[in-house]
Amino acid sequence: MLTTLLAPTGGAATVAGCDLATDPAGVRRACGYVAQSGGVDPQISVREELVTQGRLYRLAKTQAARRAEELARDLGLTELLDRKAGALSGGQRRRLDIAMALTHRPKVLFLDEPTTGLDPGSRADRWDLIRRLRDEHRTTVFLTTHYLDEADALSDRLVVVDKGTVVAEGTPSALKLRYGGSIDASLQDTFLAITGRSAKPADAAPVAV
Amino acid sequence: MLLHDTALIYGRYLRQSLRSRFALLFGVLVPGLLLQLGLFGASFAGFTIIIEQDQGVVERMRVTPVSRLALLLGRVLRDATVFVFQAVLLVLASLVMGLRAPVPGVLIGFAFVALLTVSLASLSYALAMKVRTPQEFGPAINAMTMPMMLLSGLMLPMTLGPRWLDVLSHFVPFRYLVDAVRDAYVGSYATAHMLYGVLVVLAFTALAVTVGTRVFRTAGA
Repeated sequence: MLTTLLAPTGGAATVAGCDLATDPAGVRRACGYVAQSGGVDPQISVREELVTQGRLYRLAKTQAARRAEELARDLGLTELLDRKAGALSGGQRRRLDIAMALTHRPKVLFLDEPTTGLDPGSRADRWDLIRRLRDEHRTTVFLTTHYLDEADALSDRLVVVDKGTVVAEGTPSALKLRYGGSIDASLQDTFLAITGRSAKPADAAPVAV
Repeated sequence: MLLHDTALIYGRYLRQSLRSRFALLFGVLVPGLLLQLGLFGASFAGFTIIIEQDQGVVERMRVTPVSRLALLLGRVLRDATVFVFQAVLLVLASLVMGLRAPVPGVLIGFAFVALLTVSLASLSYALAMKVRTPQEFGPAINAMTMPMMLLSGLMLPMTLGPRWLDVLSHFVPFRYLVDAVRDAYVGSYATAHMLYGVLVVLAFTALAVTVGTRVFRTAGA
């Protein structure tokens, strides 16, 4: 909904200074979004996808080509530029997805469960990349995850959503202190205390900003 | 032996058809075939977008500032190009087989094919965005195109059929297009059929593109 993919059913939201209801175009210019399923056509080359994406963000042809090279360099895809997207490995494919979303240097980057199904090595790489985006580009990264250790490790601000409503928010330490009883409590225990459940529910989506 | 004989007899009767009836038949058939090409080809255009939905390509494009209308029009015009090209091939083949039609009439026919493709492909994409699975999409399209084709008089003019069929077919927008293109192919441009055909195709295109754009703008991804 915050990425303008779904029409809001009510209420108000401001994304990167743009009102979601009255200025969806502004929101789209300010945001990048990586869906779980990615969003590249396996029949098309990496370069073509990156250039087209640049053109969708209204870059001129030469600018888009230059930006594609930059992004490829930044995300370690340079050697793969002329390969078809379908021929990439899982990790390379996810890097391409992120490169696509960074095309227009968004102020806010939405990542939908960016590490689901990744092996531990790729997961660590992804964490480093997310931290690097925040530190180098001052990008606000808004990610959803079902892994509480991920939320603990990455987030400055954590929002716990249970059954469609926000049930708690704050820094991981503040949440642990308040709900887990101690700053050293595990986020798992804190989470269970917040939601009042014994088993981890499938629809919980803690969010890091 | 059987093959040889069959080929012989087939050749004989095929040549006969080519000599006598094709020129006549094609005056009625080619306009119908042209529109049939558009009807079936464009109606199934939505299949491609179902695949793209699964890959997340549509969603990815919808979060960029790109115009919603462009997401639809770009695809639809590609389809129109492909089908007009096929229509050109069809007409060239028909010319070889004996079709005689005035050049302006043929061009008018292409314009109708283009507009028809644009409108049907728009509706097809809109439907595909709504139903999301090929299992639902295929039957739905068939259920709509079959009656449209049969009632439009694509194959034979409806006026040759019983009165009730002729009346019924007037409720199918397609009928007016077929009549208009048939008139164009015999060189009569200032007819009531042509006027209705143009009005119907323009209205249908406007409606279809509006519906398609609305779906692209609001459809849940």
